[in-house]
Amino acid sequence: MTGADALLLALGTVAVGAGALVVTTRHLVRAGLYLVLCLGALAGVYLVLTAELVAWVQVLIYVGAVVVLLLFAVMLTRAPIGASDDLDRPGWPAALIGGGTGLGLAALLVDAFRWTRVELPEPGTAERLGEQVFRSWVLPFEVLSVLLLAALVGAIVLSRPDIGRPPGARREPGTGGRR
Amino acid sequence: MRPVIPYVTAALLFGLGVYGVLRRRNAVLVLMAVELMLNAVNLVLVTADTTVRAQLPHAGQVFALFVIVLAAAEIGVGLAIVLQLYRLRASVAVDEVPLTEPPTVEPTKAGGAAAEATR
Repeated sequence: MTGADALLLALGTVAVGAGALVVTTRHLVRAGLYLVLCLGALAGVYLVLTAELVAWVQVLIYVGAVVVLLLFAVMLTRAPIGASDDLDRPGWPAALIGGGTGLGLAALLVDAFRWTRVELPEPGTAERLGEQVFRSWVLPFEVLSVLLLAALVGAIVLSRPDIGRPPGARREPGTGGRR
Repeated sequence: MRPVIPYVTAALLFGLGVYGVLRRRNAVLVLMAVELMLNAVNLVLVTADTTVRAQLPHAGQVFALFVIVLAAAEIGVGLAIVLQLYRLRASVAVDEVPLTEPPTVEPTKAGGAAAEATR
């Protein structure tokens, strides 16, 4: 076992443990903070796997933006201090399906890659990845930018209830209107 | 480097994500579990980039970047939907959303008259 293996094992253990806490904790805000820990450990795994740019993008977008957005959503909907008792459904089917999926995939991958050893490739720096993105993957990149624009417009339309309603219609169902 | 370690990590994270999506009632926590699944897929892509010698170098990492962008778009639209649900129902429990609710559009003249007649 080399140093890279030890690092991967430690960071992977941290990621899986924090992920388990994300899906089992009874505190809403703590779930978001455990998600930070899980995503940060995954960024470390990417660094060990020589994917430098992906690791930094992971830190910037996931830990920086997505988790902050999720915490904003927690604060805007319900932000109870302390444990909540109504977060879970009765869960043995979920445990059965989730455990079956995870352990089945793990068994499959262990069977496929049990004794394989590879040399780490040259690091995926921003220069190399940018060359690939703008040379071989230009069309998906542009389509992705159009998709981001569509998602932006869709989020704005969804969060403004006065868009798409005929003029003069009542404002909220149940309030105002005919009676 | 043994690629089996990150592969098994990714498989276990995916299983945890599936468990969370099926178990949780709060829509924000369901979205967090979806993020766990997306990250498991990213980890598989990055690990496969080190094990597979493809014709185009670093294709797995480029795809991981694309998946991260897709996840950002997904979380934006998903949270807009969740906040709209909270505005309508004052609750974000996903198993309390009625799927067979009649639409809340303004009834037409005939429909309104029929509704008045049945009342």
